[in-house]
Amino acid sequence: MNRNTLLYASLLIFGLVGAFVFPAYKLQLSFLYILIVLAMTWDVQGGQMGYNTFGNILFFGVGMYVASSVQIAMFFSLSEWTDAGGEKTFVHTVPQFFQGFAFGILLSGIIPMLIAGIIGYGILGLRGHYFAICTLALGIAAGEIAGGVEIIGAGQGMTVPVWPKGFGSNELSSQFLYYLSFALAVITFTFLKWAYSTRFGLVLNAIRDNEDKAEAMGIYTMRYKIIGWMVSAFFVGLAGGIMGHINGYIEPTEIAFAGPTFGVFMVLMAILGGKGTLWGPLVGATIFHIFKESFWTFFLGWQYVALGVLIVVIVVYFPEGIMGWLREKYPERFGEVIDEADRKAQVTLK
Amino acid sequence: MLPSNRGHFFKYLEKYFMDFLIFQAPMLMVQASIDGILLGILFALIAYGMALQWGVMNIINIAQGELVIMGGYIAYFMYLSGIHPAFGVIVSPIIMYFVGVGMYKLVINKVVDRDLFISILATFGISILAQQLMNFAFGADVVVAQSNFGTTMLFDGMVTIPNAKIFSGLVCIIAAIILVIYMKKSKLGRAIRATAQNARAAKILGVNTEKVYASTFGINAALCGIAGACIAITFTLHPYTGLPYTVRSFMIVIIAGLGNLPAVAISGMGLGIFEEWADYLIGTEFRIAAVFSLLVIILVYRRFKLSKKREYLK
Repeated sequence: MNRNTLLYASLLIFGLVGAFVFPAYKLQLSFLYILIVLAMTWDVQGGQMGYNTFGNILFFGVGMYVASSVQIAMFFSLSEWTDAGGEKTFVHTVPQFFQGFAFGILLSGIIPMLIAGIIGYGILGLRGHYFAICTLALGIAAGEIAGGVEIIGAGQGMTVPVWPKGFGSNELSSQFLYYLSFALAVITFTFLKWAYSTRFGLVLNAIRDNEDKAEAMGIYTMRYKIIGWMVSAFFVGLAGGIMGHINGYIEPTEIAFAGPTFGVFMVLMAILGGKGTLWGPLVGATIFHIFKESFWTFFLGWQYVALGVLIVVIVVYFPEGIMGWLREKYPERFGEVIDEADRKAQVTLK
Repeated sequence: MLPSNRGHFFKYLEKYFMDFLIFQAPMLMVQASIDGILLGILFALIAYGMALQWGVMNIINIAQGELVIMGGYIAYFMYLSGIHPAFGVIVSPIIMYFVGVGMYKLVINKVVDRDLFISILATFGISILAQQLMNFAFGADVVVAQSNFGTTMLFDGMVTIPNAKIFSGLVCIIAAIILVIYMKKSKLGRAIRATAQNARAAKILGVNTEKVYASTFGINAALCGIAGACIAITFTLHPYTGLPYTVRSFMIVIIAGLGNLPAVAISGMGLGIFEEWADYLIGTEFRIAAVFSLLVIILVYRRFKLSKKREYLK
């Protein structure tokens, strides 16, 4: 058994038994899997393709709203549900809940994917900082618009259907969501690992390195950019749908289209871990989550100050990330062959 | 009643909608336009600061809006301690200049030569930090510094303009004129323009570019301070309302181009009028959404226009 298989097997086993070994940290671990999905999908644009987006949060929020709205609207009137607010006058039966859940989660991936496909042609034609600012505006505009639409609860937000009574306890519900988010993280990782090893991954890297040249080589770069964004949107939307159920409550600007929190977290995690690598976002998300939770616990009230300082420090002093640093230190482990004479020459240059 | 085809739709729009606006409620539109122009002058001043640092240092400062709000809180603080807040337009830029220079020395000087995205993200971090610190210092309430300037009535009282808005418009125009003269005549102004043209050549010819960058950032912060003090007496202040100002100034700069003051002024006023009209037509709750959507629409429009010539926004 070689080293890689051992690593994958141990991570898989950790994920599978995690809910039973650390029952107190089940919720935290589910959050972690969601964050890993967000960081890895951001890296498809930010790291592999060189398009620094702030707008993936749009798909997160849309997925969240779609998952719950579909689940509600399949059996009840959506507007009456949001009018009722916190009062649980409508209760899903067990089969209703799971039918709605399955359809909701499915659509929470598909609808953001379609949105990405539709707006992709317009938005992905922008480059550099124009793209960054445009996507930033997109995410915030979506949040502001969602805050004015009555049927999904406007600024008040809406409640997500609760786990049906008579079908296990709350314990079962949190275990269900835990395994769902774990499965999503595993599927995302496996899919991206496969995608990066195909021509698709090579084209994304070619776009990052020199888009004009890639186009001159006869690659339809726009097609690949849109497909890349659609892949991201699909997984981010699913993550949003699950996140809505974990939260139990959706609010437009703080939870769904949360630009200053999740929108920045995903960028930060990928940069912290090392953008443009497969493992970077995963490592970054794990470390960031541990950091964040300890900040949130010990510096209560000052957490956003800490977040601001963290962003500045990571971006200014540590832009190549953990994987980048490891790669520089141990290039052999990354399969890079370094000429001995070359290394000596570099040392003398320094 | 939905019209069946496009031609009908536009006829319908023209007949009922525009007719309503221009002939049925002309005073409403005059009111909105005057408000928009006075607001737009403010936006133009903030945008000019952004264009200055973008042109000279190649940095997009997401914390621009927070500098504005910070400047506003200085005026509000004076109001609380019993001084008339209108003096804020003098005090606030002086303090904000040093805040800007400090910000440059701490963070910005490390991101000047780097990738633009690094500067966007770093200033985003600063903006979150500044929001929280202001939240601790001044509380999360919406505040306004009362100036007691009274209001001017036009057209038999059908159009009302608060004098504070006229005052703030005049202050911004005077500040812009002083700035333009300063940039043309003074030694530092010449050094700033030289650095913007070619930083390396300016360095060779003996310009201390580090100092130029620091004072550019300081001047930008001072402009934000003036605009902020004006906002404190005419509109409202809240720690988390900075980002819309950043987006507005970014929008004005990409329409007007770098270093083109008349264009900045015109597009600033245009944006102000758009916002006030949007306020009346689609409702106040969608105002911020309208600003952000307009930015997306403008960028995508320009992208399609350029792609016909096989070029792109860069």
